[in-house]
Formats: sequence, C-alpha cells, structure tokens
Amino acid sequence: MRNVFAVARKDVLIEWRARLLLVRVLPFALLVLVLFAVALDSEALLTRAAAGLVWLAAMFATLLVVQRCFDIETADGALDMLLTSVVEPSRVFFGKVLAVAAQLLVLVVVLLGGAVVLYGVRIDAAGLVLLVTTVVTAVIGLASVGTLYGAVVAQLTGRDSLLPLLAMPVLAPLLIGASRATESAFGSQTIDLATGWAWTSLLAVFGVVFAAAGAASFATLTEPDA
Amino acid sequence: MSESMPARGASTLNLRGTSTPATRIIGVLALAVMTWVVVSAFFFTAPDVVQGDSVRIMYAHVPAAWVAYLAFVTTAIASGFSLVRRHRTLGFDRVAGASAEVGVLFMGLALVTGSLWGRLTWGTFWQWDPRLTTTLFLFITYVGYLAVRRIDASPERRAKRSAVLALLAVLEIPLVHFSVVLWRSLHQEASVLNPDGDVRLDGLMLFTLFSGVVAFTLAFVWLVIHRQRLQTLVDLQGTVGLDSALAARATEAVLR
Repeated sequence: MRNVFAVARKDVLIEWRARLLLVRVLPFALLVLVLFAVALDSEALLTRAAAGLVWLAAMFATLLVVQRCFDIETADGALDMLLTSVVEPSRVFFGKVLAVAAQLLVLVVVLLGGAVVLYGVRIDAAGLVLLVTTVVTAVIGLASVGTLYGAVVAQLTGRDSLLPLLAMPVLAPLLIGASRATESAFGSQTIDLATGWAWTSLLAVFGVVFAAAGAASFATLTEPDA
Repeated sequence: MSESMPARGASTLNLRGTSTPATRIIGVLALAVMTWVVVSAFFFTAPDVVQGDSVRIMYAHVPAAWVAYLAFVTTAIASGFSLVRRHRTLGFDRVAGASAEVGVLFMGLALVTGSLWGRLTWGTFWQWDPRLTTTLFLFITYVGYLAVRRIDASPERRAKRSAVLALLAVLEIPLVHFSVVLWRSLHQEASVLNPDGDVRLDGLMLFTLFSGVVAFTLAFVWLVIHRQRLQTLVDLQGTVGLDSALAARATEAVLR
C-alpha cells in the first residue's frame, strides 16, 4: 500500500509542479462545455442534456490526463526504473490510477460547477448525495480504464490517436451509467433517484472489473520485450 | 527470440503459395455450399408472410453475424494462448490477427445487411436497440484492435499489446451490452412494424439459413488459414528472404 501511495504522490507532485491540468486540461474541458452550448443552441435542451455533456467533456479530458501520465514515465525510460524499484507492477498501476483519479476529481467538480453556471442545472440535497457517489465511482472507473489503455498504447507510435479509438468504446457503459445517474441527481430527465442509484452500482461494478483487469495485465504490458 | 520464431514455420510451409490440398477442399466446399445458398435464397424459398422478400437478406445477415462472433471468440482464445505459451507467441498472434481481420469484415457485412433490412422492415436504417448498439461498439473495438496490429513496433511487443486488448474486449462486451439494455429499457419501445423482427421459418427456409451458416463458416476458415499463412510469409521475408539473397549473391561470386 505504501508503494501505491508513493507512486501516486510522485505523479501528483509532478503534475502540481508542471500545472498542466490547470493551464491546459481544465480550460479545454470548459471550452468543450461552451462549444456544446453553441452547437446545441437551446437553453432547454442544454439543461436536459447537461449530465451527458459533462461526462462527455470529462471523457475527452481523461484522455489528455492519461496521455500525460504515461508520457512522463516513458520519456527517459522512467517506467523501467520505477518497475525495478517497486515490488509489484500492479502497485504501480494502482498508484497511477490514484493519481489520475485525483486529477479527474478536480476536473469533474469544475465541470459540474460549469454545468450549474452555464447550463442552469439545479441540485437538491438528496440529489447531491447521489451526485457525489456517482462522481467518485465514475472517476475511479475512468481512471482505471484510462490508465489501463494508456499502458496498452504507451511507447507506441501514433498513441495519441490510438488511445481515443481504443478507450472510448470501453468507456461507453461508464458514459451511459454516469450520465443517467447524474441526470437523476439533477432531476433534468424523468429518471428517479432509485434508478440513479442503480446506475451508480453499475459504475462501481465497472470500476472494480477494470481495476482488476488493469492490475492483472499491467505486468505483461510493461515488461521489457524479449 | 524474434529471429528464431518465424523460421520455425518455414519447414512446414510451401514458400510459393499459401494453399495446400486441405485448404483447396475447404475452398471448393465453401463455394459449392455458397452457390446452393444463393440459389435457394433467391429462387426456392418462399417470401415471409409479414416481411415479404426482404426476409431474404437474413440468409446473408445471420451467417455474417455468426461468423463475426466466431472470429472474435477465436481471436480471444488465440490471444490467450499467445500470452501463456511464450515459445509460440507469434504463431498464435498471427491466428488472432487473421481471425480479427475476417471478423471485422463480416461484422461490417452484418451491420450493412442488417441496416438495409431495417430500412425495409422498420422503415429506418438504424435503431438504438441493445443488440445493434452492442454490435456497433464491438465493431469499433475491433477496428481499434486492427489499428494496434498495424503499428510499427517489434513483433513481440505488438503481439503482447494486441493480445491484452483482445482479452479486454471480452470483458468489455458484456458490460456494454448490459448497460445498453438497461439504458434502452428506460425508453418506450419505438413504434415499428415488427419490433422483434422474428420470422416464422418453414423447413426449407431453416435449411437454407443453416446452409448459409455452414458456407460462411467454411469461408471464414479458408480465409483465416490463408491470411495466417500469408502473414507467416511476410514475417519470414525479413529473415529467410535476407538469408537466401545473401546465399544467391555468394553463388554468383563463386561463378564469376
């Protein structure tokens, strides 16, 4: 466990010093929200679609965060060094998931704030509990899938365009689940809170499945080629 | 390791082509059954009571979808073996890749024929029905898989990455399907002429459909064997090709 936190701490620290999230990813995600508003051109439609748009923007931004998370490792063969210093590759994986999740949490909170301000979304107390749970479970799922597929394309040429192609279809259940649960928290569609909680449990299953898959395959993905 | 691996297949392989008596038999059988399916589908079988002639699309659509799923299962199994049996990694990897290529082709066929059938029966090319949506995601997933296979990396690295991807797809599909089923159950069923699209099949229709499955499966086996052998030759080109070129040059020098 200590190793996991050490890896996560290292990644977050690098991120904090470079401030890439702040100067690039967050502005990009907010820009996506603004562009959706321009493209849809209807306030009623925006409020109804808000949940889906927030998670779509979060998905795009995840790809940027994940790419960054592996680029810092592969630049100088740092990943190999890391793997020689940590006992289990799966701990490196969980450490990276934790770091990506921490960044995404900040990102999604900002995006939800953006939805309240720009899309006229309202949240009540019961909805807020559901929303917080949804955000936490969905962010873990996003980070797990992102880190796993980031490892699949790490060090390959053309990984920038491969990552979206590979990760997006896998993230479809998460996009569906998180959007529906958030809609129910917003009260912006006809989905009641109980159904919203059912979607959150799907998100939890999704997160557990891909965290386990990532832990199981991370050693294979990162081992040096024979 | 990469040097010795492709050469292993060289002894068993005819360097002039990819066909053997066995594949010729499979090819001829596939052609024969396919001819019967085409003739029967267009001329012998009756039109459906509700759907009329559009039901004939089914004789191509169902077998294509079946082969696509068969291909992806084959890819997953071959990928599993390529990860576990380390000394045969590249051999299994070629089977996985060949099967996925054929699978994407047939899944594309299934989507196109299904969409045409939907236009005739439902009045629309596409419906966000769980089966269709899952199939579309599956299609995109394997297009991504093929993109990874085309990447310029060492064969071992590519084999490892794509094997993991193929196994992850097996995890992904049930989750996608389940979430889409849940998602669509929230909506009202679209009003269509025949929402489930089920047809009552008489004996000949069923037999023709079954023949179609057999014909497409034979075609799949034929294609995968040839594609896999072709890939072996391509891989050999780097090693054997260079060796024989050097040998030829050496003989030339002696003769001169």
